[in-house]
Amino acid sequence: METTPSRRRFLARLSIALSGAIAAVAGVPVVGFLVSPLLRKAPRAWRPVGAVDGFAVGETVSVVFEDASPLPWAGVTARSAAWLRRDDPGHFTAFSVHCTHLGCPVRWVADAQLFLCPCHGGVYYPDGSRAAGPPPKPLPQYPVRVRNGQVEILTSPIPIV
Amino acid sequence: MERLRRILDWLDDRSGLLTWTRHALAHPVPPRTGWWYVFGSATLIAFILQVATGIALSTAYVPSSGQAYESLRFISEQALLGRFLRGMHYFGASAMVLLIGLHVSRTYLMAAYKFPRELNWLTGAVLLLLTLALAFTGQLLRWDQTAVWSVIVGAAQAGRMPIVGPDLARFILAGDTIGGATLSRFFAFHVFFIPAVIFLFIGLHLLLVLRHGISERPRKHQHVDPATYRAEYAALLEREGVPFWPDAAWRDVVFGAAMVATVVLLAVLVGPPHLGKPPDPSILEAYPRPDWYFLWYFALLALVPQNLETAVIVLGPLVFGAVLLLLPLFNKGARSVRERPLAGLLVVFIWTTIVVFWMAGVRADWSPDFTARPLPAAEVGDTSSIVVEGARLFHEKGCEFCHAIDGFGGKRGPELTEVGGRMAADAIATRITNGGPNMPAYARTLTPEQVDALVAFLGTRKP
Repeated sequence: METTPSRRRFLARLSIALSGAIAAVAGVPVVGFLVSPLLRKAPRAWRPVGAVDGFAVGETVSVVFEDASPLPWAGVTARSAAWLRRDDPGHFTAFSVHCTHLGCPVRWVADAQLFLCPCHGGVYYPDGSRAAGPPPKPLPQYPVRVRNGQVEILTSPIPIV
Repeated sequence: MERLRRILDWLDDRSGLLTWTRHALAHPVPPRTGWWYVFGSATLIAFILQVATGIALSTAYVPSSGQAYESLRFISEQALLGRFLRGMHYFGASAMVLLIGLHVSRTYLMAAYKFPRELNWLTGAVLLLLTLALAFTGQLLRWDQTAVWSVIVGAAQAGRMPIVGPDLARFILAGDTIGGATLSRFFAFHVFFIPAVIFLFIGLHLLLVLRHGISERPRKHQHVDPATYRAEYAALLEREGVPFWPDAAWRDVVFGAAMVATVVLLAVLVGPPHLGKPPDPSILEAYPRPDWYFLWYFALLALVPQNLETAVIVLGPLVFGAVLLLLPLFNKGARSVRERPLAGLLVVFIWTTIVVFWMAGVRADWSPDFTARPLPAAEVGDTSSIVVEGARLFHEKGCEFCHAIDGFGGKRGPELTEVGGRMAADAIATRITNGGPNMPAYARTLTPEQVDALVAFLGTRKP
């Protein structure tokens, strides 16, 4: 059978459309898989970090807790930390450990009553407000509560300023 | 011998590969290209080194957030040649970053991107960006504490982007926090995706080099005119061209071999970068630093004025990318750097900036010195109780993290070795209690007696 120009045009278009379909079948799920962390709503959970009586009033200590739903192979990366202070017998404040400048881990220096960042020298007062250095914002706080004699922190995303 | 020749002839007849290779090797290149032209091929050799050592390492590396650290310890401490291969991979990466930087500087200085080689430049620009992406993701695969905090710092920087920032940060972390999903993705990008695209662009880049030929050494008053350039170039090759192999290639091979020897030597003598503490985000005793090739950028982020910072983080990479992409629009005219003094100055400026910030990054004076030791009694000098108490508080209250006295202490704030000579007692007291633009106020932390002691101590610091 002779190939007419219109038949040739049709076959060319068909081939291009099918090739595009093959690319889409391969590409769409791949891209969807890669961006899935953006679409997934990460759960949050209250995590106990210690008995109320284990914290002295006025002291600021680092506490470690597990992320809300860690993957089975996460190992130590499933851990998060916060700076927890017992302000008065019935009240706790939990600060993010992430400097608002670029996310580095701030350290509480008890003698100086300051949070200091080792990366670019950000400094925060005990209430988390900026004291010096490049941080653009105060240290974020985590929700914290007391349940059945246990201090609990609500797992939260790494604060992105 | 005769049989081997017959087999080769058969292979060539059926594939055409030998003829093509002979043709490619023998293609004429301009004379007197010299040692300036070796950086591109050396970058390629470094990349091949990376592929080989990377494949070897990937056979033992476990790309799991929970186990990568242990597998790295196994590779470094127990696997045969593991330490050496890690060293090769690290110094090979260093060489690749350095050499591609030199290569792009050379092509820009000699304006080799001008007609008809605009696409050579653009494919090269993509290769430069991909190389930097490999360098960043590669540092993270060394999945220790520093890697974890580098991911967070990277995400925090991406988070500064307007509108898409938070989503971009989540994409980098692969979730809300560091976790099981984070490392696998960086691994996949580092070993599959980016190298695959690099292979593609190296192929394109080399095809373009063959298509347009190696640019001739620029000469003053010799300007690129698209209407006549190709004929002039063909005439030059006709007149003075030499075969690429071996007349020009021998320099590529000699330089490449010296580069590989250097990498091997460093891998043996210096060894791979130290594996830090485990990748546990709850260990807060951390001192995150990028590898040397990004240290200058780390320093830039510490030293840039605060109100410009987001602009630098967001616009810096965009402007850099735009300049790389738009440069070939200026594809005519002078090539010699003697007629393009601004281009020469720009290259000198960029390299000087990188070196200066890199040196600042090595010292990192802006970081508090958490290791500062108390001043020894001999340094304090004065034995009156109030001065001794002031010296003690100077250390205990963290002043010494940021202020040095005779070499003891950090360099974040002004040195106070002679502060008693330049500031009055009440001025010192005011500064301590009220703080300064870049210093915390200690009014709520120190008792008046403690301030008095500190002022008394600092008052004795005189020339």
